[in-house]
Amino acid sequence: MIDRRLITNIDWVLVGLVATVCLLGILNIYSATAPYKIIGTAYYIKQIYWMLVGMIISLLVCSLDYHILEDLSYWSYALLLFLLLAVLVVGRRSMGATRWLNLGFFTIQPSEFMKLVIIVTFARFFNNFQSVNGLTVKEVLIPLSLLALPAALIMKQPDLGTATLVILIALSMIIYVGLRWSTIVTFVCITIPMAWIAWAFLLRPYQINRILDFLNPERSRLGSGYHIIQSKIAVGSGGFIGKGYIKGTQSQLRFLPEQHTDFAFSVFAEEWGFIGCLLLIVLYLSLVLWGLNIARRCNDRFGGLLAVGVTAMLFWHIVINMGMVIGLFPVVGVPLPFFSYGGTSMITSMVGIGLLQNISMRRFMF
Amino acid sequence: MKERRFVRELLESKQRILTLSFVVSIVFLFLIIRLWHLQILNADDYHTMSENNRLRFVPVAASRGTILDRTGKILVSNRPSFSLAVIPQEVTDKEALLRLLSVLLGLDRAEMAERWEKGKGRAKYYPIVLASNISRDHVEIVEENRLRLPGIEIEMKPVREYTGGQLAAHLLGYIGEVSEKELNVKGFENYNSGDYVGKNGIERALENELHGVDGGRQFEVDARGRVLRTISESYPTVGSSVMLTIDAAVQKQAERAFGDQAGAAVAMDVTNGEILTFVSNPGFDPALFSGRLPADVWKGYLDDKRHPLENKALSGQYPPGSTFKMITALAGLQNNIISESTSINCNGSYELGTSTFKCWNKKGHGTTNLRKSLRESCDVYYYQLGEKLGVDKIAAAAHAFKLGSPLGVELLNERSGLIPTAEWKQKRFGKRWYHGETLPVAIGQGAVLLTPIQLASMIATVANEGTIYRPHLVKRIVDADGKTLRETQTEIIGTAPFAKESFRLVKQGLLDVVNAPGGTGAMARLYDVKVAGKTGTSQVVKLRDSKNGTPYQFRDHALFVAFAPFEKPEIAVAVVVEHGEHGGSAAASIANKILRAYFDGKKPPRIEAVSPPEKNVEDEDTNENVVPAVEKEPRISGDPVND
Repeated sequence: MIDRRLITNIDWVLVGLVATVCLLGILNIYSATAPYKIIGTAYYIKQIYWMLVGMIISLLVCSLDYHILEDLSYWSYALLLFLLLAVLVVGRRSMGATRWLNLGFFTIQPSEFMKLVIIVTFARFFNNFQSVNGLTVKEVLIPLSLLALPAALIMKQPDLGTATLVILIALSMIIYVGLRWSTIVTFVCITIPMAWIAWAFLLRPYQINRILDFLNPERSRLGSGYHIIQSKIAVGSGGFIGKGYIKGTQSQLRFLPEQHTDFAFSVFAEEWGFIGCLLLIVLYLSLVLWGLNIARRCNDRFGGLLAVGVTAMLFWHIVINMGMVIGLFPVVGVPLPFFSYGGTSMITSMVGIGLLQNISMRRFMF
Repeated sequence: MKERRFVRELLESKQRILTLSFVVSIVFLFLIIRLWHLQILNADDYHTMSENNRLRFVPVAASRGTILDRTGKILVSNRPSFSLAVIPQEVTDKEALLRLLSVLLGLDRAEMAERWEKGKGRAKYYPIVLASNISRDHVEIVEENRLRLPGIEIEMKPVREYTGGQLAAHLLGYIGEVSEKELNVKGFENYNSGDYVGKNGIERALENELHGVDGGRQFEVDARGRVLRTISESYPTVGSSVMLTIDAAVQKQAERAFGDQAGAAVAMDVTNGEILTFVSNPGFDPALFSGRLPADVWKGYLDDKRHPLENKALSGQYPPGSTFKMITALAGLQNNIISESTSINCNGSYELGTSTFKCWNKKGHGTTNLRKSLRESCDVYYYQLGEKLGVDKIAAAAHAFKLGSPLGVELLNERSGLIPTAEWKQKRFGKRWYHGETLPVAIGQGAVLLTPIQLASMIATVANEGTIYRPHLVKRIVDADGKTLRETQTEIIGTAPFAKESFRLVKQGLLDVVNAPGGTGAMARLYDVKVAGKTGTSQVVKLRDSKNGTPYQFRDHALFVAFAPFEKPEIAVAVVVEHGEHGGSAAASIANKILRAYFDGKKPPRIEAVSPPEKNVEDEDTNENVVPAVEKEPRISGDPVND
């Protein structure tokens, strides 16, 4: 099944970038969880396991020709919608939201996989859809409906972060395919009143609070604004060269919320300073640009769409997470790919990397 | 055709990828700029914030210094007191906690909630005091229910114990929680709400010395404020002890002598200004103010028309009445208007223009010279003298005695009294001084006001023939290690420039007041020590219907000033009995007891104290018929006519 030619075509840049970020991430998780009382396996060890599991899955993903996804796409979409519904009905409650589904031997978070499924679904859809001079309003209605269903279900959980990401990934792909100006204008005119309605009726109070806190962190020093302030203090106090590994006071004294997951970058920024941050950002930028490069080099439309979708997924995760940590965006539960602790995020991202690798390796096969 | 379109689209999408790459780079650039802003431009600010973040400081209150009398007897010390505090960040259900506390301890829930609200906005993990001064039983209940009361702490603080009960309450003052207002005052920067500070008296005036240096523990805490480790610990430094010039034994006798009467007494060492007795009666219980003052007690204090909370010795201002005649006499002698032999004839009243100024003795004193005028307190003598002197010369003599301004005793809010002048009247009322107004001033009525401290200083200055010492209450301040930090030095704040001969003449008259037949102050006489003094009665209202029917608050004040021994004066004493009617009886007998206690304390214990001589003058100088130049309000101790 694995062609020898494929091995020679392995995209080592991609592997190198991802491996470097993963290792930095593990190093950082070790520091971030140092002040924790750990029962059982340490977080950084578990993260290593997740990374290895992710790499194996990634390998599996790239071993299969990505073209079979074209056939699987709508089926997986349907399955995911079913799972999302199931979560709402029988899901496990955790931290005020129902996101997890217990499959007996392990729990999964279907919304997380929706990010990937929406990429595949949209790639399939646009691959068969030829538009002239960009999509018209009518032409985007079908993909928007495909997006709206899962997005609404995820928001219902409620999981604003994931829903936002699914929407952003889908919109990125639509923009990549191209819109007519008339379509853009029409949607702007519709979106603004819709946003008002969402604000007034759909968003949960905590979600509104988070947005308000973001706009004015002083609003509640101890509420959700606390996270933003503490994170900014951590990042800012890192200065140019940082406080040193495992020497960040904000993290070691646990002033940061969820510092091994969503605020892992905060810990890193405090301990490694601007220099460290610059390195990490350059790595991520390289990863994103390389993903786009894979899309550019790919000579079939489906592959190009897939690569853009996966890259968009990585891009939005990186930007939203970092933006949140440095106080540019509201606090939404978005992990930093390969860097934050967490199996789900690691596997989703690794599957994405597997897809990119898959596309990259097979670019000469047509 | 289809092929070409495909190729075109592919090319287009490749073009779009380049555009996207550009946009992505711009977005990442924004992240870098933002990081630059946080980590380079504002790094120092954030660094400071992060430093403050992890360190919590929990103050440990210093034990206040003790207050002693001149003999070393403890007047104020400390005992432990417990208060109930909460660390809000550790509480999940505030309402449930408050409910439980009110059930367990019977404390007022609303009050606790209010204190809680007020305590917010302080550093995280800083305990907020919900109830101070709780009993040991309450402490035990809290300890037993510790698990049900997360976030609740018992704090131990030393509290004030007033060994003498109400003894010298006004002088000692009391302490209380620092108020919001005080926190904003300069000098209170180092105080936190909940800290105790002196509110009054010596406790307030010597707050800096008594307070000590609060210690504290610096903890490193996590974001939840859980203590990780103690970084540093500084032990509090016990406040310095203050030794007062007061003699507790004399003070006690003086307060006892007042009984239920309202008033003030100040006894002073003639040779250095040390205040030996400082009475403001009735007193109050200072210990009550340090804890939760029961509402009914508070109301009782407020409703008492004798004004127990007022420090009458320090801020009570009274017309000095006839005690002021010594000033007028000295002014007359200095200005050569009178001499020892100058005599006038008193027939009971004096006519000036259309007004009649009456002597307290309607029958008149007959031929009266200076000595007799003092002994029998003849008003007519001083009307005539005052008329010749004019108000400004009287005022000049009073000012020479440093009257009319605060004398600089250590306590806060010392009043200045009032010595009227023509200029003062012009300024205050915009009217010129009428000659007739000088006559009441000459006998210490009219607008003249003096505080008991000023009265004591006045008689002390007469006693030592012109040297004015700064009256003071603090003998020395000793730190916790026993090292003397400050020893109050005797300070001469002025000299009354009158001839020694004049002083001697006046003093001779004052001796007669107490010791000669016909003297108005016989009640002050001691069998073994020669006492010299002067009675005074100061009018509260202009006219009265009949003596028996006068309501309490309109009755005259009784005054008596004295010094002893006559030959070599040691102690000067001034007594004011509010609404005591007659200086000779009410005030002089208190002065007698103070002097008695003083001289008894000086000598080896004697077998028996002889009772004071019988009073031989029925009724002294009540200047009831004087027409005051300025009408006074019934409450003399209130605000004077002062500009």
